[in-house]
Amino acid sequence: MIHPETSAAELRIAPEEIVPFRFNDLLAIEPLHADEITFLLDQAKPFQEIQRHPLKKLATLRGKTVGIAFFEASTRTRISFTTAASRLGADAMQLQAEASSLQKGESLLDTVRTLDAMKPDCIVMRHSSSGAADFVARHLEIPVLNAGDGTHEHPTQALLDALTIRDRLGHLDGWNVTIIGDILHSRVARSNIHLLSRFGCRITLCGPPMWVPQELEHLSACGEPVRRVTRVEEALDGADIVIVLRVQQERLHEPKLPLDEYVMRYQLTPERLTLARPGALVLHPGPMIRGLEIDPAVADGPQSCVLEQVTNGLAVRMALLFLLIGHAGEDVSAAKESI
Amino acid sequence: MRVVEKTQLMSATEIDRTLQRVAHEIVERSGGTAHLALIGVRRRGVPLAQRIALAMRAIDGVDVPVGTLDITLYRDDLSMVAAQPVLQSSEIPFSVDGKDLILVDDVLYTGRTIRAAMNGLFDLGRPRRVRLCVLIDRGHRELPIEAAFIGRTVQTSDMEIIEVRLQEVDQEERVMLVERVP
Amino acid sequence: MLLIKGGRLVDPASGTDAPRDILIDGERIAAVETPGKIGKRNGDVQEFEAAGLIVAPGFIDMHCHLREPGGENSETIETGTRAAARGGFTAVCPMPNTRPVHDNASVTRSIFERAQNAQTRVWPIGAASIGSKGEALAEIAAMQKAGVVAVSDDGHPIATAKLLRQVMDYCRSLGMPVIDHCEDTSLAAGAAMREGPSSIRTGIRGMPAAAETIGVGRDIQIAELTGCHFHVAHLSARGSLEMVRAAKKKGLAVSCEVTPHHFTIIDEEVGYDTHRKMNPPLGSREDRAALIEGLADGTVDAIATDHAPHEPATKEVEFDRAPFGITGFETALGLALELVHAKKIGLARMVELFTTGPARVLGKQRKIAAGEPADLTVFSTEHPWTFRAAESASKSRNTPFDGREFRGGPMATIVAGRVVYRR
Repeated sequence: MIHPETSAAELRIAPEEIVPFRFNDLLAIEPLHADEITFLLDQAKPFQEIQRHPLKKLATLRGKTVGIAFFEASTRTRISFTTAASRLGADAMQLQAEASSLQKGESLLDTVRTLDAMKPDCIVMRHSSSGAADFVARHLEIPVLNAGDGTHEHPTQALLDALTIRDRLGHLDGWNVTIIGDILHSRVARSNIHLLSRFGCRITLCGPPMWVPQELEHLSACGEPVRRVTRVEEALDGADIVIVLRVQQERLHEPKLPLDEYVMRYQLTPERLTLARPGALVLHPGPMIRGLEIDPAVADGPQSCVLEQVTNGLAVRMALLFLLIGHAGEDVSAAKESI
Repeated sequence: MRVVEKTQLMSATEIDRTLQRVAHEIVERSGGTAHLALIGVRRRGVPLAQRIALAMRAIDGVDVPVGTLDITLYRDDLSMVAAQPVLQSSEIPFSVDGKDLILVDDVLYTGRTIRAAMNGLFDLGRPRRVRLCVLIDRGHRELPIEAAFIGRTVQTSDMEIIEVRLQEVDQEERVMLVERVP
Repeated sequence: MLLIKGGRLVDPASGTDAPRDILIDGERIAAVETPGKIGKRNGDVQEFEAAGLIVAPGFIDMHCHLREPGGENSETIETGTRAAARGGFTAVCPMPNTRPVHDNASVTRSIFERAQNAQTRVWPIGAASIGSKGEALAEIAAMQKAGVVAVSDDGHPIATAKLLRQVMDYCRSLGMPVIDHCEDTSLAAGAAMREGPSSIRTGIRGMPAAAETIGVGRDIQIAELTGCHFHVAHLSARGSLEMVRAAKKKGLAVSCEVTPHHFTIIDEEVGYDTHRKMNPPLGSREDRAALIEGLADGTVDAIATDHAPHEPATKEVEFDRAPFGITGFETALGLALELVHAKKIGLARMVELFTTGPARVLGKQRKIAAGEPADLTVFSTEHPWTFRAAESASKSRNTPFDGREFRGGPMATIVAGRVVYRR
């Protein structure tokens, strides 16, 4: 019989092979250090490989249940997490919150507690309120994985973007990154700024001025403040990586921007892309609106990484689920001491 | 929990001689090396597999491909392991379909590691045959798994652990019998 | 009769800061003398030992929410005033955003009826418009006759400049101040925090300081036009303070109040804590510094708590959905004393902010002299204590100060000669 305290030595797992970080939840990129991010990306690699196998299903998380609680409409991310869970052999418990009791007035806390009472091993959550994942994590014992909270963060998107960049360019350090779009309301932009600045990337933000406020300059983790630029031509000059954000046509409390204006001033066209470094990567968190924020030729061109982003999204999410629920959950440091 | 060293079971020379002998056995009992491939089970199965391949090249002039397999995702005991293992990648740069595979590991004990390894292999394709090669067989099987090629068989008790230390991983070269002390 | 002995009297109205004994007879002060000089009287005299303590005129909280009628789950007049008494307050001014809105004299009368169980005096503020909807004038004169001391549509700004002008014209003739929650609703819509680096980081929609300052600007113009006394509720931004300062310099009847949370906590400390969500939102470091300066130099007339009780369940939600407001009666004095200890404001000045300041805005008196009503606040500047939300007399627990250790606080509260609170 394997005893938890001795099993690491029994099974010849050396101290350096034990996960060095405690991740109880993944709520945001901001609290993570560069080496923790590197570790997460490294852990995603085996899962990239598994997706090339003829048989993609593992039994690793067999018997585990992943609670998927999306309180905001999303098809792609939900499918990505569901597939990640089932390819690891886990079951997914789906909360269709768009049509759920929330609309009957049940509070978020009660909804999540009801889900928790069915004993999932973790909850993957998307919600339209910033801080919602943090709120739920404070009230539940099980790990919470933030799949997007309001305009705050979307950590798995930043991780899969980083994995895509690292695979294509070899490393994450010191690149010139340009992000185009409605930055103010973008959780993807925030997570990307936090992550890439931790690797010394120089970040340029570009978009209509009311969507690129001055306070964004303070989000950078490295010495250089984030640069804000209103002309997309200037923003693309010298860029190694271009991240194009989607335009949300419906914004509460905002006067709407004429879309033709946006296309004229900010659409990423092949001509504008030539202003960036040759071979610069083009990323988009999806879903894309071809002909709006991105020209179809760019979306389908050789510099576009959108399909790899999707594949890498699956790998990153599998790695995170494995990390959060793939073991007994005993204190890692206690295990270390026993060796 | 602490461990205390009891005896040395094999020295560096003995390990080397054993691997040479095993390499010969594999060549003899495979009816041809055309479809042979070695798969080292991480961690220490990997340098062992590489050394066996080298030895086979010296014997037969044949280049047997070597792959590495990380079994973490295939373990059945993850829920019981307090320490969470870091995932490594598996690297098998050839198709396993139709291959005559030799799984290589340092110690055969309960057999669960090998069962996990086989699960991993069969996710990749359909090998013609899978046989097991281990440096040490220490008994105490919990599953119906046997090795076709064995370096040495050693009787052990439950309190004992066999530590195979290899230059590539441990910066020393010998096989130790250690004991768990409460 | 009650004899308060050996205390240090701080009475801004007479400029006194000296040891005094005070004799209370019934509901009034009978005598104020240097220690030991009060002669024998007929009848029982209870003695209250106030050595080492400050005796001040009864504190007034001119901005609070008692939720009754209609919101009794979170507070009642009785529980609210009990908490106020524990905070050292002898009179409170509840805002009219009750259910129904306090916009006519029959609601005023029902409030006074319920206030029979109150531990402090209750001086209600009536609505400026019917239902506080910003369309038609409320029954302001009738409410004043029934006991209302000011008008406001608190919770909202008074909706239009045109309506504000009508309200101010009317109130000037009645001699009542107009209190406004200054806000430009288009800038504030949907916002839950002060717009700035912190709101960007947390992804919470913010409103710029300009949302308040624009409202203050509008209201000062109309006040000048009408000659009415205008009072800025819960002022939170440096820009707003500068406007009030300029208006005062010009000789206009403009006054303002600041809440203890606005001079204590800032936007960087909010995170996703719903116990730090209020309207106006917590300001920046610079705002806080400016507010403290304004408290010291007289630009700010009063400290008012904006005590806003909410049932725990309503605050245990995502930040966006949580209602605005925190409780404040029991921590106000402790927080104000932190400023005194840090030498940001003087003790006498602090007492003004709780007494003569708000009294002047409301057209009331606050002084300690023979014949005056016996409303007194006795407090310590040194006694260490910890505020525990679970022990609060309020029905609600929404406070960011749970567990905070204070140096100095209320020791006894006397309303109309009766000791309503004693530590």
